[in-house]
Amino acid sequence: MSSRDRILARVRAALADVPRTETPEDVEVPRAYDRSRSGPDVVELLIDRLVDYRAVVREVTDVVAAVADALARRGAHRVAAPAGVPAAWLGGVQAVRDDPALSAADLDALDGVVTGCAVAVAETGTIVLDCAEDQGRRALTLIPDYHLCVVRRDRIVRTVPEALTRLDPSRPQTWISGPSATSDIELDRVEGVHGPRTLEVLITPAL
Amino acid sequence: MRVALFVTCVNDTIFPGTGRATVRLLERLGCTVDFPMEQTCCGQMHFNTGYRDDARALARRLISAFDGYDAIVVPSGSCAAMVREWYPSLGVTPPAGVHELSEFLVDVLGVTDVGAYFPHTVTYHPTCHSLRALKVGSRPLDLLSQVRGLTLVPLGGAEECCGFGGTFALKNPAVSAAMCADKVRGVLDTGAEVLCAADNSCLMHIGGSLIRQRAGVRVLHLAQILASTEED
Amino acid sequence: MATFIGMPAFPEASARAVGDAQLRHNLRKATHTIRARRAAVVAEQPDWAGLRAAGAAIKDRTLRHLDVYLERLESAVTAAGGHVHWAEDAAEADRIVVDLVRATGETEVVKVKSMATQEIDLNAALAAAGIRAYETDLAELIVQLGDDLPSHILVPAIHRNRAEIREIFSGRMASWGRPAPEGLTDDPRALAEAARLHLRERFLRAKVGISGANFAVAETGTLVVLESEGNGRMCVTLPETLISVVGIEKIVPTWRDLEVFLQLLPRSSTGERMNPYTSMWTGATEGQEFHLVLVDNGRTSVLADRVGRQALRCIRCSACLNVCPVYERAGGHAYGSVYPGPIGAILTPQLRGLTGPLEESLPYASTLCGACYDVCPVAINIPEVLLDLRAKVVAGDHRAERLAMGAARRVLDHPKWLALAQRSVGRLRRWTPRHLPGPLSAWSDTREVPVPPRESFRDWWARRAGEEGGR
Repeated sequence: MSSRDRILARVRAALADVPRTETPEDVEVPRAYDRSRSGPDVVELLIDRLVDYRAVVREVTDVVAAVADALARRGAHRVAAPAGVPAAWLGGVQAVRDDPALSAADLDALDGVVTGCAVAVAETGTIVLDCAEDQGRRALTLIPDYHLCVVRRDRIVRTVPEALTRLDPSRPQTWISGPSATSDIELDRVEGVHGPRTLEVLITPAL
Repeated sequence: MRVALFVTCVNDTIFPGTGRATVRLLERLGCTVDFPMEQTCCGQMHFNTGYRDDARALARRLISAFDGYDAIVVPSGSCAAMVREWYPSLGVTPPAGVHELSEFLVDVLGVTDVGAYFPHTVTYHPTCHSLRALKVGSRPLDLLSQVRGLTLVPLGGAEECCGFGGTFALKNPAVSAAMCADKVRGVLDTGAEVLCAADNSCLMHIGGSLIRQRAGVRVLHLAQILASTEED
Repeated sequence: MATFIGMPAFPEASARAVGDAQLRHNLRKATHTIRARRAAVVAEQPDWAGLRAAGAAIKDRTLRHLDVYLERLESAVTAAGGHVHWAEDAAEADRIVVDLVRATGETEVVKVKSMATQEIDLNAALAAAGIRAYETDLAELIVQLGDDLPSHILVPAIHRNRAEIREIFSGRMASWGRPAPEGLTDDPRALAEAARLHLRERFLRAKVGISGANFAVAETGTLVVLESEGNGRMCVTLPETLISVVGIEKIVPTWRDLEVFLQLLPRSSTGERMNPYTSMWTGATEGQEFHLVLVDNGRTSVLADRVGRQALRCIRCSACLNVCPVYERAGGHAYGSVYPGPIGAILTPQLRGLTGPLEESLPYASTLCGACYDVCPVAINIPEVLLDLRAKVVAGDHRAERLAMGAARRVLDHPKWLALAQRSVGRLRRWTPRHLPGPLSAWSDTREVPVPPRESFRDWWARRAGEEGGR
């Protein structure tokens, strides 16, 4: 008998009180919570929450100009960009495409990274990346110290349940809610540990 | 209205003044009070320490002693919680109509002004079982705020346990004393003359420490303040 | 290496902690800060009660059909290119991980904070096999560098203040890698920066990462890790091989169920609307080799207990620790396990069995104030489980207490005996001692003994009835 079989046998023995005819679905799960909610404008809410996390956030109409402006202000001259970020966004800067894949050391030497996003959750101020073409693989948004994320208005939802229904579990995901932070020292929040220390968000019109 | 008083063994034996005050208060509000002499203890100490058979025997005694009463008033949050919330886990059905004192006054009699007079500065400790097991909410404060002459001052960290916990005080004396010290500090910070609660076991604990420190603050059960009038 | 083995029972260990003024100050500040933060973000969530009820029910559904979900998880992970291993106990789990690391030929691993790997004491097993495990969570790093033990589920170094952390970093970082900067101050920002620099190189060249998981989705095989610093992302993303050690109770049935837990956990845990980073991956990702080690290590015994089973709902948020007045004074080490606080008081004796003085003392490490149950995001009735465990403890050999309790019950079961006892203490009231003997001295050491009244309530009642009758 393998450990697997022994563990499963012990689980079944432990559950001797569960009627044999009971199925998982027979255990009722009350869903008396909100999957969606009404409330303030989602864009305003998202901005409010991002500001609360001390992320830099702006609503813009001209993406090209806004990206160039943000990178210039940051002093980011060499930035990484996943294959699917439109070239037009990067008009004014030297973008290093992650194709072929950059090494960790290469990424560490860059000034930042520019990506899109899969979904943004207004209530929690969360940006979700799912490694789609305009977001790239996970290391890309992890190693550079500055992450400029372009969020289209139509990608913004209000609640966490709404976000999950838009996402595909088979894709690797990173949910980002503000810059890297720790509260491990006397519960004082300190921003900037291992992840990007600066998160900047540009909210653009829907396509 | 006819009510049975479950005075509790601690009040019966050590704090009979609380029992007498409860009788006086309820009679003043027009109730006829019975004290079934067969009552003793709800079994909480045994139950909380793990002695379930002993607790069950005492629970059965309580059930039979109070058989036939529609309303049972208990001047102790933790004993009322024991009967109402925990008897089922002993396989004993709690009697209907068990009310902690403040619940009985506010919910059954529908009064918050009980005609009391108590010209002192008072702070109130809500006690864990009243607060979290019975969820009596603001009832005791509503009652106290209607007492003439009484100045109610809020207690900092009110919702924190005083560290009594029955045999906890004996089994973990260091932590218990540390919790009590913080509670006492909270009480002294209010500047109140009187610390009030609806449970004498907690008051015995905090009060025992206040006296040991010669802190000059006395403790009184809610019933004793509500029973007080200008004639006292 | 520091160890929980051989810790004294809770009353002795906690008495020592209570006397440590620095520890008391650190714990009070930290727990009160996080308590307030949690209360604020829970209050702003209008459907909190509904989420909590759903969270409890989803976990109950999982636990009542755990065999089904374990098999479902295994096949989903396998289908996505991952490898699934099963470990009956800590020793087997350690052996599996050691063998997996050895197979890569590496002698260093980076670790993201995980309760399961602490529980199985994985770092010691790796060290014995010549493999150095680097903890990368800031608090775990503090604990590891200080050769200390964790004292909190979320903030393992909660017992340390900034000055102590500065000392640990300055004194110990050099022997683990990049030394702390010269002239390091105790500003938390400077300390966090020192940790960033110390670990940066290590992340970039790590070949093997080890993690736990907050959730494992049976339906899809997705693993979920919530964190704040980015060390988790580093550990699960960059290495070529990822090994995740996960307790068998971490399962949630479906992808959709995450919508409940991703709301409950951050608010209960760090008191944030959402933690800075959450990583989710399904099987072998981006060319990585992925191993999932499912650990029993006592969980099936907990599952067998119909009352205690609810402890397996726990999502390790630590809200119960932060609100517990006993934890606030006793500190985490007194609980003698990686699971401190109220949840530890019910989990440790169940995982290990009531096998010694420490395990038998834990169910009594509570006043039953109920604050833990109120804040628990999956509604674990901790007082109920404590009481159930107490009944199991006294079923063992506790003669003196059993005799005393039996005597008390016999008196209390006879109103006439009770009245007699009351009258005799009433007569002796003038001689009420200031200091009580034996175990009762624990009371009178710090509190006055109440003086019994001249007349018990029942005697007063009988006298009054007699007088009224006589009028």
